[in-house]
Amino acid sequence: MASVALTNLDPASRAAARGWSDLTIRNLFIIPTLVFLIVFNIFPLIYSLGYSFTNFAANRAEPWQFVGLQNYRELLSDDHIWSNFVITAKYVIVSVAGQMIVGFGLALLLNRSFPMKGLITTLLLLPMMMSAAVVGLFWQLLYSPSWGPINYVLGLGDFAWLSNPDSALYAVAITDIWMWSPFVMLLSLAGLSAVPQHLYEAAAIDRAGWWYTFTRITLPLVSPILLIALIFRTMEAFKTFDIAYTMTTQPTAELIAIRLYKQAFQQWDTGKSCALAYIVLIMVLAITNLYVKYLNKVKER
Amino acid sequence: MRKIVTSVIAGIGLALACGTSVRAQDKELTIFWAEWDPANYLQELVNDYTAETGVKVTVQTTPWPDFQTKAFTEFNAHGDAYDMVVGDSQWLGAGSTQGHYVDLTDFFNQHKLGDVMAPATIKYYAEYPGGSGKYWAIPLEGDAIGWSYRKDWFEDPKEKEAFKAKYGYDLAVPTTYAQLRDIAEFFHRPDQKRYGVAIYTDNSYDAMAMGVESAIFSYGGDLGDYATYKVDGITNSKQAAAGLDMYKELYKFTPPGWGKTFFVEDNQAITGGLAAMSMNFFAFFPPLVNKATNPYADVTGFFANPAGPDGKRFAALGGQGISVVSYSKNKDEAMKFLEWFIKDETQKKWAELGGYTCSQAVLKSDAFQKATPYNKAFYDTMFMVKDFWATPEYAEVLDQLNQNIYPFVVGGKGTAQEALDKTAADWKATFTKYNRYK
Repeated sequence: MASVALTNLDPASRAAARGWSDLTIRNLFIIPTLVFLIVFNIFPLIYSLGYSFTNFAANRAEPWQFVGLQNYRELLSDDHIWSNFVITAKYVIVSVAGQMIVGFGLALLLNRSFPMKGLITTLLLLPMMMSAAVVGLFWQLLYSPSWGPINYVLGLGDFAWLSNPDSALYAVAITDIWMWSPFVMLLSLAGLSAVPQHLYEAAAIDRAGWWYTFTRITLPLVSPILLIALIFRTMEAFKTFDIAYTMTTQPTAELIAIRLYKQAFQQWDTGKSCALAYIVLIMVLAITNLYVKYLNKVKER
Repeated sequence: MRKIVTSVIAGIGLALACGTSVRAQDKELTIFWAEWDPANYLQELVNDYTAETGVKVTVQTTPWPDFQTKAFTEFNAHGDAYDMVVGDSQWLGAGSTQGHYVDLTDFFNQHKLGDVMAPATIKYYAEYPGGSGKYWAIPLEGDAIGWSYRKDWFEDPKEKEAFKAKYGYDLAVPTTYAQLRDIAEFFHRPDQKRYGVAIYTDNSYDAMAMGVESAIFSYGGDLGDYATYKVDGITNSKQAAAGLDMYKELYKFTPPGWGKTFFVEDNQAITGGLAAMSMNFFAFFPPLVNKATNPYADVTGFFANPAGPDGKRFAALGGQGISVVSYSKNKDEAMKFLEWFIKDETQKKWAELGGYTCSQAVLKSDAFQKATPYNKAFYDTMFMVKDFWATPEYAEVLDQLNQNIYPFVVGGKGTAQEALDKTAADWKATFTKYNRYK
């Protein structure tokens, strides 16, 4: 860090007048962030790793004992937990795939000039600016079999989206798609606008078709940024809690984050919940790593 | 700059000094409870205490789903934010064995509360372990599962005639679960947007468990032996499975989308004119007799939980006792408050405000039983209540029950026997883990 060259302070600046060096200013900016990170992120992370090897329960006065890998063993052999992981995987696949398709599709539609483009883009971004819990509660009303507009519009009668064990998870995923497609749209728009126009012009001169242009020019050039959107959304979808928690209590829609919450704050099984949190963390890291490796390959091309 | 820093520090110091002196002069007590009407009634009641003694008492509330989490987070941190807590009956085990609650045994015996409060409320809201003679709470709000129904639908001559023709007996308030099921089926007319019955199905806390256990108890089943923790053959007995089967049967006649419902939805089933009968805790009935909140207030009736096939009749216990938090800095002041709270006149006022007193004298009085259309049913119910496990690991046990019965009741997966067999196995493993079988 010391070898990093720093620009000299303007002698006329206030900082120079106070006798501060550029190093002092750098520290002033960095140290509070570092302290914050260490106190609120790194320290709890290490502390909870320690807890994950104990039978510590935050609501008990008895001293905790070191149990080695028992928590991990029990969790990984628990059918309920595996079923939560399968549910989460289904949810991640459906919701992220939906968001990528809808988000990228919207970006393609918006990537041209038309009247009120700015207003429409802003309106489309609104869902992701809302609180997830509020979105969950609203969609719970929209799905209501008695008075919800969704069944009315689709002519589904009394179909109970959230009470039906087969549809509850997909109903939550649809809500997540609605909320987060604008995020993918925004990143895709940035990618699309960066594609050099002359490539399209050259393709037009060569009389290339729409599909050819899309698969040979648009998609390869936008894919790095699409992959970034994919990484972000996969990580977020894996951690989803608020939308699902407010919308349904169906066990078939119990994501791993909800199970973790119940284990940690309803059952107060602190040691085991720390172990579960680590299992989730390792899984997210592994998936993200795969994506990042693929992203680097795509960039190299 | 130094001047600014000095004045800021001086300001903070002054503010802290003022704060401390104000606190020393005006004693304050904070009671923590869930966010519902009885908490508002309690605030009204304790305002009298403030007027009498000058001690300010605040009833702090939080929504039901967060109640347990928030209270235990504070307890576990040994926080003194609350001086007293009106905790759920299931919390007694955790509250007492983990040192969160002050032992009120001496207070209880000194004031002979065993003779003052209704027996069931002492057994379930105050004593832990059962039969030990150790008390940790003063019964505050009695509550249990009861039912509201549409009197006008029940009394309609055409409906009565059609019912008699179909089922061979008169349409009246059900006295057995079998009758309740028939009536629910009879009024279940989705094409008319009318449904048979509204029951609890929310599995995020104890809602569905309370509904299910009411049926299991009335069918002669039990959740286990609370003294020995024996579950095999009790939790999964034939009677318990029959009770669970009946609950699943009732679910067939609920309004559509009835998969995450608790007190709000069950009251809406009546106020929205959706269902013929609706299960709810008595504490949630006051809005049903108020025309401003229920357009059908004049035609809404109430009845106690019906009996099972062998005439056994029980209802799940709700309600709470008030405990002194052991980390409070105002424990002496809290004890003085409790002395005031148990006085006969305070209990009478508590009942008048809408609180469900547990005082035997008030409960038995004619004035109380005739005060509302549901007080008589409440009185009857309070002598036939049973509760869930109050063991310290109750949250884990509750979650296991929810995980096993919800897919059966709402999802239609498996059988009642399978759901209860799995529950018994899970509970046995949990109790073994906590060394309950010594």
